[in-house]
Amino acid sequence: MIEVVGLTRKYGSFTAVDDVSFVCQPGRVTGFLGPNGAGKTTTMRVMVGLTPATAGRVTIGGHVYQDIPNPGRHVGVLLDASAQHAGRTGREILEIGARTMGLPDSRIDEMIELVSLTPQEAKRRLRNYSLGMKQRLGIAHALLGDPSVLILDEPANGLDPAGIRWMRGLLRGYAERGGTVLLSSHLLHEVEQIADEMILIGNGRIVAQGDKKTLLAGAAKGIATTFVTALDNPALAAALSAKGITVASAGDGLRVEAEAVEVGRTALEATVVLTDLRSADGGLEDLFLELTADTQRETVV
Amino acid sequence: MSTVTVPTMDISGTAPTPFLRLVRVEARKAYDTRAGFWLLVSTALLCAIVMVIQMAIGVSQDDVFLSYNSFLTSTNFSIAILLPVIGIMLLTSEWSQRTAMVSFSLEPRRPRVIVAKLVVGLVLAVIAVVIALLLATICNALYSVLSDDPTVWNASVAHTAGFLLLQVVGMLTGFAFAALLLNTPAAIVIYMVYSFVLPGLFELGAQLMDWFDKIRPWIDFNYAQGPLVDATMTGKDWAYFATSGFIWLVVPLVIGFSRVLRAEVK
Repeated sequence: MIEVVGLTRKYGSFTAVDDVSFVCQPGRVTGFLGPNGAGKTTTMRVMVGLTPATAGRVTIGGHVYQDIPNPGRHVGVLLDASAQHAGRTGREILEIGARTMGLPDSRIDEMIELVSLTPQEAKRRLRNYSLGMKQRLGIAHALLGDPSVLILDEPANGLDPAGIRWMRGLLRGYAERGGTVLLSSHLLHEVEQIADEMILIGNGRIVAQGDKKTLLAGAAKGIATTFVTALDNPALAAALSAKGITVASAGDGLRVEAEAVEVGRTALEATVVLTDLRSADGGLEDLFLELTADTQRETVV
Repeated sequence: MSTVTVPTMDISGTAPTPFLRLVRVEARKAYDTRAGFWLLVSTALLCAIVMVIQMAIGVSQDDVFLSYNSFLTSTNFSIAILLPVIGIMLLTSEWSQRTAMVSFSLEPRRPRVIVAKLVVGLVLAVIAVVIALLLATICNALYSVLSDDPTVWNASVAHTAGFLLLQVVGMLTGFAFAALLLNTPAAIVIYMVYSFVLPGLFELGAQLMDWFDKIRPWIDFNYAQGPLVDATMTGKDWAYFATSGFIWLVVPLVIGFSRVLRAEVK
């Protein structure tokens, strides 16, 4: 539904977005993942015509955003939950949106209820809102026009754990009903739990894209690592070493450079009782940090 | 990427946002915040207060004679100052509060949003004029009752039209400076310099330099608006008005407009 083709945005000699191309399909949640300043927000701003592109183009459902009549009815946008008048009440903000889009007032109450703001909270002015409440209001604003495409920039930012779970459910359901969702984040676990498709961006360039499996398969060039704890660690270590597998002690247990299944089989053969066995599941995170290493502010060790 | 088929979205059933709806929304935005609401209310209140003070002086001082037009002229100290500020705020508040991001996502055809704001500004100017005319009528009627001076109802179509034009021009000038600067304090300061400091400088220049005295009417918009107040505009005055108005109103408005249309909205 959203198609980005060769998108580039330059500010003088600085290239914020560099030849970015990707597609967001309906019925799927696409996660746009990258460290701060990677170009996520700029890409999303170009999508809705707030920032002109230097080169390339973005179409939503085959249309340039500026050509969509009453775009709020087709594309729900939340770029910055704080970019609202601090002196307006939450309800008034939704009311202005609803009036602009030509929606009945009943829609406002529906949305306030949907994002679990109480009627009292909706009457408060935005300057008295917490970031989490602003995000809920922003999501309500994006959903007002019952759009088929959602573009959300860091929507989970400021939400409490329960709020993040709520939003996950909301967007999941929205995608299952055929909607297209593009959401950005700089937090991996936020995205990996909800996104069907992930686009990793760093330094304005796409470094990887695909679903979680594809991404991990692409990264599996390294040796799998497993953490294991047994009642008799030295015996297990000896059995693994005998097979030529590298073992090192780690905390209460062992760090083994092999698949979990291989470690389990060895334990069975050596008749050692295991109390804990798990693969080192940092795969995606390692991949993310590795792929965006050049653009991280902190060097990854 | 080209192998991926991207489903299209059917937009044929959606009508574009009607312009009048945009005007109604922009009008609502002008008064739905405390700042906006009180700016409008205090403009009307100030207009009344200045006239009442003027009337009190007229009643208590024997050597002061007031007419309907003198009450209207007192709006130089009320709506003539605050209307341009309203014009400025209509536009700049979208930038200072960053609501332009939402406004322009809901209506990406930016000229329609800006023109809707301009229409709201003009409507507010007309409302202000109607209030001022009403207040002047009330004050002059009270004055004729309270004072021994003869009552003078010197209202004329030319006066009223000139008065309306003055207020509309004031509103537009504020709006133009706002579009040019997109920043509330800067636009207000520049407007105040333009309307209070610049006339003095022009006057000084005209006194000191003969050649400047000759070109001044062509470039001093405040000066060119003078005859409008007394409804004594001649053909030459209209030429002055048009030329200086082009410099101080049309040029900033055009530059400001094109700036807003191309600006990256943050």
